[in-house]
Amino acid sequence: MTHDITLTVNGTEHELSVEPRTLLIHALRDEMGYTGPNVGCESSMCGACTVHLDGDAVKSCTLLAVQVDGAEVTTVEGLADDGEFHPIQQGFQEEHGLQCGYCTPGMMMTSLQLLEENPDPSEAEIREALEGNLCRCTGYQNIVRAVENAAETMRSQKQELAADGGGD
Amino acid sequence: MGVESKDAAEVDAADILGSAIERREDPALLTGDAEYTDDIQLPRMCHVAIKRSRHAHAAIEGIDTSAAEEMDGVVDVFTAEDLDVPGKLPVGWLLDTLKQVDHPILASERVRYQGDALAVVVAEERYLAHDAVGRIEVDYDILDAVTDPADALADDAPALHDDAAGNVAFDWEIGDREATDAAFEDADHVVGLDLENQLLIPNAMEPRAAVAEYNPSENELAVHMTTQNPHLHRLLMSGVIDHPEHKLRVRAPDVGGGFGSKIHHYADEALVAIAAKRVERPVKWQATRTETYLTDAQGRGHQTHAEIAVDDDGTIQGLRVDTKANLGAYLSTFAPSVPTYLYGTLLSGQYDIPTIHCAVEGAFTNVPPVDAYRGAGRPEASFVVERLVTLAARELGEDPAEFRRQNFVREFPHETPVAVVYDSGDYEKPLDRALEMLDYEEFRERQAEAREEGRYLGVGFSAYIEACGLAPSELAGQLGAQAGLWESSLVRFHPSGTVTAYVGTSGHGQGHQTTFAQIVANELGIDYDDVEVVEGDTDEIPQGMGTYGSRSAAVGGSALVKSSEKLVEKSREIAAHQLEVASEDVEFERGEFSVTGAPDRSIHIQAVAQQSYLAHDLPEGMEPGLEATSFYDPENFVFPFGVHAAVVEVDPASGEIDFERYVAVDDVGNQINPKIVEGQIHGGVAQGVGQALYEGAEYESNGQLLTGSMQDYTVPKAVQIPSMETDSTVTPSPVNPLGVKGVGEAGTIAAPQAVVNAVCDALEPFDVDHIDMPLKAETVWRATSETTVATDGGEE
Repeated sequence: MTHDITLTVNGTEHELSVEPRTLLIHALRDEMGYTGPNVGCESSMCGACTVHLDGDAVKSCTLLAVQVDGAEVTTVEGLADDGEFHPIQQGFQEEHGLQCGYCTPGMMMTSLQLLEENPDPSEAEIREALEGNLCRCTGYQNIVRAVENAAETMRSQKQELAADGGGD
Repeated sequence: MGVESKDAAEVDAADILGSAIERREDPALLTGDAEYTDDIQLPRMCHVAIKRSRHAHAAIEGIDTSAAEEMDGVVDVFTAEDLDVPGKLPVGWLLDTLKQVDHPILASERVRYQGDALAVVVAEERYLAHDAVGRIEVDYDILDAVTDPADALADDAPALHDDAAGNVAFDWEIGDREATDAAFEDADHVVGLDLENQLLIPNAMEPRAAVAEYNPSENELAVHMTTQNPHLHRLLMSGVIDHPEHKLRVRAPDVGGGFGSKIHHYADEALVAIAAKRVERPVKWQATRTETYLTDAQGRGHQTHAEIAVDDDGTIQGLRVDTKANLGAYLSTFAPSVPTYLYGTLLSGQYDIPTIHCAVEGAFTNVPPVDAYRGAGRPEASFVVERLVTLAARELGEDPAEFRRQNFVREFPHETPVAVVYDSGDYEKPLDRALEMLDYEEFRERQAEAREEGRYLGVGFSAYIEACGLAPSELAGQLGAQAGLWESSLVRFHPSGTVTAYVGTSGHGQGHQTTFAQIVANELGIDYDDVEVVEGDTDEIPQGMGTYGSRSAAVGGSALVKSSEKLVEKSREIAAHQLEVASEDVEFERGEFSVTGAPDRSIHIQAVAQQSYLAHDLPEGMEPGLEATSFYDPENFVFPFGVHAAVVEVDPASGEIDFERYVAVDDVGNQINPKIVEGQIHGGVAQGVGQALYEGAEYESNGQLLTGSMQDYTVPKAVQIPSMETDSTVTPSPVNPLGVKGVGEAGTIAAPQAVVNAVCDALEPFDVDHIDMPLKAETVWRATSETTVATDGGEE
């Protein structure tokens, strides 16, 4: 038995038929081809599968696709704008915030939510915010720097927007 | 602050080697364009799931697959009975006394660890394959299990293998027993220690996976898999599944970390290859995290009694080590090398020790096979040495840093009593730098004041050494290696002047595409962007040995230098011919060949490349084209070193440990890309701190894994890893053309004893000499409260 659902992923609407038990991560990866988010633990512990669901960072390995029928999903593939890196991607690149890269999509999605809520986080706040995302390569130090780097870029972009009269 | 990275375009070509340029790997990894094994989708692809033993030790009375076979969408189910291939995993490192036991890819009569493979399901869909596995019935006759190496070697232990009496896999020793015993008799002090170096689960973020595709008309089999060494997997798999090596392709797509766990040849990938041949369709197996906990080769697992002999004046006279090593249920690929030649040979540490003896007994137990995990033998050795020198300093009332300094090796090359020759070193420099960064004297004052207030601060040192780039092949062969330890490369100019460099290493997060391009661009004197690096595919690179043991830069990088040098020499002949001078009269600098004394008469190497393919005007008898291959076999190991120091505060009332600082000064020889070097140190330290404070595989007495998920096994989080202050000194290695030493494992080797030494230093007032890792709050609290009772008069 399958259910027909609709998901908008990175602005593109998808209609698909899924089993009631199909996990969101498998619907994204196997059914729709968004292989950026990765499966690391199937238990919400590692965060490699983190995506944004209606604007909130969630673990897509423990959500059912049918639960989120009608939702808007952003994956790592939706971060870059016309080939221009998002500040978070730029931060990870500049600060060597990744090695094998497997946890990186989830790290960036979690970090983005932090920066949306707290544009100028302290190191302790960054480490706290990343407690649901595990990395085995970097020792986290350069991930913290990457988030600080992105925060700075995003703040200055916001200031520029405000100076141009386009801010809110 | 850390190393600042640079955009390659901003770096002058002359400075490309040694510059902290950003990694060219990153854009794909940052956008979701990377291709990990589970990202591969092929037409008509099936999914594999594996039925695994639920018991750690049992006789198999029967396996009933009929219910699984009847399910719609199940394409194939097979057990050991259905195999018509050798189906036994070989061991790649032999010791004189080694008992080579059978290691079947599917168990049929007996299982020896929880997770041992019993049957394979191939189904149309991922979830369905797992459903079908759930319908396979296995009739077990449960046997007693043993998971601890000392217990396994005891007289009354359950026996695992008929041909390994007493569960002894091997008995091995190194050094001079008699001379060591004599040194201990003569010494003023003997300090002893019983310690455990606990079993660890590697936990690469990407679980192991394989996709196999088979073309029956050509008998061609391709396996895309999570591997650190595709060529070795090609060789071993060809024997296990009886498929000709030249008709087998093994390819590593992007690999999400390995830490040793993706070196070894496991049953699973061989089963996936067999499945693809049976069903003549592409098949995919993706391990669940649970499967990785049950089946990935684990690391460490030592129980050791060690003693150090010291004279009143602080001179170390000898070291004596007795270790029981856990090998798990079967011999994994390189398992016998890890607790022997990778361990015993490093027991001299940074110290000039006149005599050493080390005996190791390997034990079969009902846990998954134990093999190399980041550091592999060297962390275990360094832990023993650095704990002992710390205790010896305490016994003599000497400062632990100055006690180390007093005993450092000072002349190089240095031959140790345990069969290795240190290439180069300057051990005082990192120590001095670490002491300066710590503001050591100020710290000791602060520590004394804090103690007055009932607060317990401690500093712990780790003056570690490691051996990287295992070599040469002849020596490795004498020690038992069943493989050469060279590396192969091919550097090829294209007619337009760009270059593709192929190398037999296989990176999985280390940034080889970037560092190797830096090396080749520097050697050929061409733009970094004109060099492409290809790794990890046996169809593209004919031979290779892979990435492990921090060998990639020292051995793989050197192989690229050798091929590049050959290209420059052929180019010089062509340039000389076209400039109409003798080749001795042609100089080569930054890509330009020019006539000595007439610098305006010149030709660039990229123009030479074009001429080599045009082949209109080459020296007589010269073949057209411009490419070169080399097999580089190093003359010796390389020996990175450094000093790490942890500063902690321990609350004896709760056993909680707070990190104040972590200082790391490493000497890894010349650095090709300092940003990548720094990142490797960070990651290594995190794994070492993980071992010291959090990690460890734990088993129930019946062999059930208690730490079988990320809920139960602590892979450290961002809040659990301290900020690290890093610096480096540079002592080039004389044994390879790059002067590099290797960095991948340094942090993991250095960190555990820095942390344990710091905690024991903090708890010195409680007479705490040693606490076994992981230093969980309860363990620390027990250690302090027990000794408090003891100093109160030993009452209970």
